[in-house]
Amino acid sequence: MLKSTFLKAVAATALTFSTWASAQAVDLQFYFPVAVGGTAAETIQELTNEYVAQNPDVNIDAVYAGSYQDTVAKAITASRGGNPPQLSVILSVDMFTLIDEDLIVPFDDYLSGDEDKKWIEGFYPAFMENSQTGGKTYGIPFQRSTPVLYWNKEAFKEAGLDPDVAPETWDEMVDFGKKLTKKDASGNVTQWGVRIPSSGFPYWLFQGLAIQNGAILANADGNKTNFDDPKVVEALQYLVDLSTKDEVMAPGIIEWGATPKAFFEGQTAMMWTSTGNLTNVRNNAPFDFGVAMLPAKETRGAPTGGGNFYLFKGASDEQSKAAVEFVKWITAPEQAAKWTIATGYVAPRAETWDTETMKAYTADFAPALVARDQLEFAKAELSTFQNQRITGLFNDALASAITGQKDPATALKEAQEQADKILAEYR
Amino acid sequence: MRDLKLKRDWIHGWLLLLPALVFLFAFTHIPAVTTLINSFFSTPRGRRSAKFIGLDNYDRMINDPVFWKVLWNNLWFALGTIPASVALAIVMALWVNDKLAGRSFVRMAYFTPTVLPLIAVANIWLFFYTPGFGLFDQITGFLFGWPASNYLGNPETALNAIIVVTVWKEAGFFMIFYLAALQAIPVSLKEAAQIEGAGRWTIFWRITFPLLMPTTLFVCVNAVINSFRLVDHIFILTDGGPDNASALLLFYIYEVAFRFWETAYGATLTVALLALLSLLAIGQFFFFDRKVHYK
Repeated sequence: MLKSTFLKAVAATALTFSTWASAQAVDLQFYFPVAVGGTAAETIQELTNEYVAQNPDVNIDAVYAGSYQDTVAKAITASRGGNPPQLSVILSVDMFTLIDEDLIVPFDDYLSGDEDKKWIEGFYPAFMENSQTGGKTYGIPFQRSTPVLYWNKEAFKEAGLDPDVAPETWDEMVDFGKKLTKKDASGNVTQWGVRIPSSGFPYWLFQGLAIQNGAILANADGNKTNFDDPKVVEALQYLVDLSTKDEVMAPGIIEWGATPKAFFEGQTAMMWTSTGNLTNVRNNAPFDFGVAMLPAKETRGAPTGGGNFYLFKGASDEQSKAAVEFVKWITAPEQAAKWTIATGYVAPRAETWDTETMKAYTADFAPALVARDQLEFAKAELSTFQNQRITGLFNDALASAITGQKDPATALKEAQEQADKILAEYR
Repeated sequence: MRDLKLKRDWIHGWLLLLPALVFLFAFTHIPAVTTLINSFFSTPRGRRSAKFIGLDNYDRMINDPVFWKVLWNNLWFALGTIPASVALAIVMALWVNDKLAGRSFVRMAYFTPTVLPLIAVANIWLFFYTPGFGLFDQITGFLFGWPASNYLGNPETALNAIIVVTVWKEAGFFMIFYLAALQAIPVSLKEAAQIEGAGRWTIFWRITFPLLMPTTLFVCVNAVINSFRLVDHIFILTDGGPDNASALLLFYIYEVAFRFWETAYGATLTVALLALLSLLAIGQFFFFDRKVHYK
């Protein structure tokens, strides 16, 4: 008796739930990471709410999932547990990993016709390099950035440099740096010339140096690296020399997170960091500052960085379609403009820059254009199969050279040998 | 009749055990056995399922320089944190056990680091260590005119910087146990020794310290476990860098399993950690247990 009552209750509850669910709108779960200071999380939440308000047939649960590392770990864990998000922003470089884990589906499955094809073509090619492979589009650029050089105009003036001119070449950066490095009476440095942070993910900014020297770190199939290319070695030697030989940069590993603060405090006159920090610097720098493209060696150059939208396996057709619609909306000019202004991330489509909002913003704040113009020289961020492991090896090699434990050539040769072993099975 | 009662007692007993057993199996024994099994298989990836590879993972572990480096780091970490935090805990406990003004305030101050979450603590210490404008550099620069340091960004000092944070965090916790133990020591023993003319030093080494031995064993077991368990702050302070100079075994396991997604190799490293911890626990209880009780 008791048992049958219990079963009835269970059945009734299940029935209520299923009818309730089918009467509801499409539910989407969307993970996003935040990697820079400022109001990135609030802006994503706001945009999502705006979309849901406009589209009552969709319900989006935007989940702040921590750093990029945390987000990819959460998405993979949730997928393995049979509960994947339908949509997530994850590092563009994790594309091969997600394909290898068989967790994502290409956007092509939900795009058809000329209009959609044009939509894909509307993104900057530099951003699409990390988003497409094997002729399919797996990622849609959203939270994308590129490193730029920020300089303190007042410090330049004090050192007798033209405050409106940033270093154009590697040699100039060293020259300027020497003039900008200040010491107190007892010989301690009070202001360094330049700061290229190297904690956590040194490969990213270093890749800028490698590209400027004409080297490409990995092939487009993601199964071969070129860490021991003499040009890469030369680039690493330059980075090491900045603090050992030229003495224009602090020695040892330099913290990424504290870099903007060090710049505000006058600890360094120039810094390399993400454009994602632009709004942060604009709001907090107590002096006049400039933003320039990274200096050139053989060519200008910078990696791209940041996150793409990915569609996850395991969603219903209806959900994936709704997710694609949302992605189209949030990368559309007006929304992208709002996002760029709030954070400094580079709007991923050319048409965004033609909106009235963006025009007004850039007229008032020209540095915002530097990152966009640099895209012409930008290359894909280092991305391979088993990406975290390969970049991990590369990071260790860079750290050991920067801290003087190994010379650049040895460190990079060892990293290349280890990477070859890991990637052999993907060739 | 008696059989029935016996049987009922038996069922009763098992029912009482059941909740604890379920949790013990679900969260300790089954995961441990699964880990051991996984360590003999390759990592499954999307379209390729796991296959049996025997001892290949163990072979890789023995030839993995990073494994030996983190194991070595862990040894230094244990040597750096355990004696220092235990000694500090005893000193602090003796200090706040005496009658002094503001005693409960000092006790609270010593205990505060324990209450704070390690991640929050690490963020505060990150500011202390920041080169140039961090607290330490501001103090040493102002008082002695020292140049900017880079404790976390230098392979020689990164691990030590982490040890300091850990000792600061742990000593207060251990102090509580010593404080409780000190209050359980009869005052008459101390008074008797004083009548015999013993000094404070002799009283400590001949009476207090031996009577604290059971607590010391307990605290040491905890400290050893913590030296393998506490890695939260590493994520914030150095992320294991530079070049794994401050990575510990558990941190490396996390990195391998949840960043590189090499779950099988992660399982192998976990088996190594489990074996190491079991050995240490057995060693501590079987060999030291006999010597700690004052007779």
